[in-house]
Amino acid sequence: MIVSPKAANEAGDKFGLKPVCAGPFKFVERVQQDRIVLEKFAGYWNASNVHVDRVVFRPITESTVRLANLKSGSLEMIERALATDLPEIRADAKLKLATVPELGYEGVTVNIGKSDAGKTAFGKDPRIIQAFSLSLDREAITRVAFNGEFLPGNQWISPKNPYFQSKFPVPKRDVAKAKELLRAAGVTGPLAIDLMVPNNPETRQVAEIIQAMAGEAGFDIKIRVTEFATSLKEAEEGRYQGYMLGWSGRVDPDGNAYMFHRTNAPLNYGGYSNPEVDKWLDEARTKGTLPERKAAYEKVAEKVLSEGPIVYLYHRLMIIAHTAKLDGYKPMPDGLIRLTGVKLKP
Amino acid sequence: MLPFLGKRLLQLIPTLFFVSVIIFGLQQLLPGDPALAMAGEERDPAVLEQIRRQYRLDQPLHIQYLYWVGGVLSGNLGESMRLKEPVLTLIAQKFPVTLQLALMAIAISLAIGVTAGVISAVKRGTTVDYAVNALALWGISTPNFWLGILLIFLFAVHLGWLPASGYVSPFEDFWLSLQTTILPAFVLGNSFAAVLMRHTRSAMLQAMGSDYVRTARAKGLAEPVVILKHAMRNALTPVVTLGALELGTLLSGAVLTEQVFSIPGFGKLIVDSVFNRDYAVVQGVTLITATTYILLNLLADIAYVLINPRLRN
Repeated sequence: MIVSPKAANEAGDKFGLKPVCAGPFKFVERVQQDRIVLEKFAGYWNASNVHVDRVVFRPITESTVRLANLKSGSLEMIERALATDLPEIRADAKLKLATVPELGYEGVTVNIGKSDAGKTAFGKDPRIIQAFSLSLDREAITRVAFNGEFLPGNQWISPKNPYFQSKFPVPKRDVAKAKELLRAAGVTGPLAIDLMVPNNPETRQVAEIIQAMAGEAGFDIKIRVTEFATSLKEAEEGRYQGYMLGWSGRVDPDGNAYMFHRTNAPLNYGGYSNPEVDKWLDEARTKGTLPERKAAYEKVAEKVLSEGPIVYLYHRLMIIAHTAKLDGYKPMPDGLIRLTGVKLKP
Repeated sequence: MLPFLGKRLLQLIPTLFFVSVIIFGLQQLLPGDPALAMAGEERDPAVLEQIRRQYRLDQPLHIQYLYWVGGVLSGNLGESMRLKEPVLTLIAQKFPVTLQLALMAIAISLAIGVTAGVISAVKRGTTVDYAVNALALWGISTPNFWLGILLIFLFAVHLGWLPASGYVSPFEDFWLSLQTTILPAFVLGNSFAAVLMRHTRSAMLQAMGSDYVRTARAKGLAEPVVILKHAMRNALTPVVTLGALELGTLLSGAVLTEQVFSIPGFGKLIVDSVFNRDYAVVQGVTLITATTYILLNLLADIAYVLINPRLRN
């Protein structure tokens, strides 16, 4: 992000309170937890293509209230509408939808080597992680929890991403194969797994679906609902076996893979370590073309998808709903709202 | 009265000291690392170390406490790690919002609760009494967030009479401010009105059965004068105490209601701060709330004495 060096030096660590950049809008004011107000910046290089004079961001955490505000006309646009609200939005002629698959993913991180809690059958034997993955019907998860609107996935990028490895497609559920893998791994009775789940309605619902599906293959999932900040600390300390965790995603696939799979990387909650994978991840960073980088990532995928430590489940849709009076809005996978070229009819 | 007031004000000091230790101590028991919570998705160990140093999270607990108390005594409640604003500034922004909402909620609950309680007591055993009791039961049983969402859909989406959410200061636009706060104030006042109604009814029934009311009637005073001037005066004393306690509770932030109506008050501030382990904000807001609560109790005791002269000795 390009910022004004003069303003950044003057403001120091308070720069975030009154940012000065060079985009289509300039910062006017922020009232904490109430609004952020921007105005059109006349000095922007493409100012003639900015048709909105003023933007007010309002934080509304409750999704039902966001939608009510949009339907009542108090808001012109809302972001992160719920997948379950899509039929209602589609049925309303005064509203329009703009959706795009996100850059990130949702999955279950497995404690393979973070701590002693990883020294369980689930953490030590890749066959058991494979069995867990095969016990899940990713399409059914998105159908039940998200009205079928989200994308099933099995890699750190979505199937729509050019770096997606089609050699490893999203697996179909195979309970028989899952049971066979468990038997081969020496598991005789239901295998208890502690699944730490951040406390929000979406992840809790998905965890319950996982519990039911995996139960049919021979897993006894114990859901441990944990407040998010606490769950991060637990993950840092390795006090978990499975952890339902998502990642917001980065434009480059490196941003979704390196920090999670490289030995001792900051977000490698699973404690995964493989010198070959480290080498290929570094290699992908040094190559300049998509085919070369994709080839390096293919080697990473072959190892990481068979050994864990992340069982990828699905990719969200960025769901923006806006008034039908708004023309020209194009959603971007990073979720940022860009209003250049957008027009609001009276 | 003055010695009583002086004694109660002096009692504030050890009470607040005890409250500060409790606030600080309880917060440390919360699992989770504030530096991790603040760093978000980026986990550079050097950044985490810098955050810990900047906010003295690497110091022993008693040192952290002394720094905080020293700041409080000099009028500095610290800075929000997450919002990078002084805690006092945040409190100065949010307190008027919560105060406005709380006062409106209390006014609504007093208007509905006391009136309904008096009517119900006077019309005891009649259809009016049963209807008022049923309404009171509904008020106590209805979850605030459910009622709030229903009211938003009715008044904002379907009728279009009121804004769905948000807040406008009365100094910016008085009528718009009233429009943005009437629904959340009603939601907050609704359940307390039901409690007040029940208490007022019981107190009124007790007062109306007492000797002085019988004497007042025997003296030939009109029934409205007997009820409003004689019976209600005694029945109001528990209402005053309840009202003060409820105001204190509302001033600490009506979390669910503020969440539903997107009101930028104390409730939202403190919930977000707890989830983000923003210690300075949680400590500052809790200390201010505790102080306000203690002062309100004192005011309630004074009002109690003023309403009932027999208590002055």
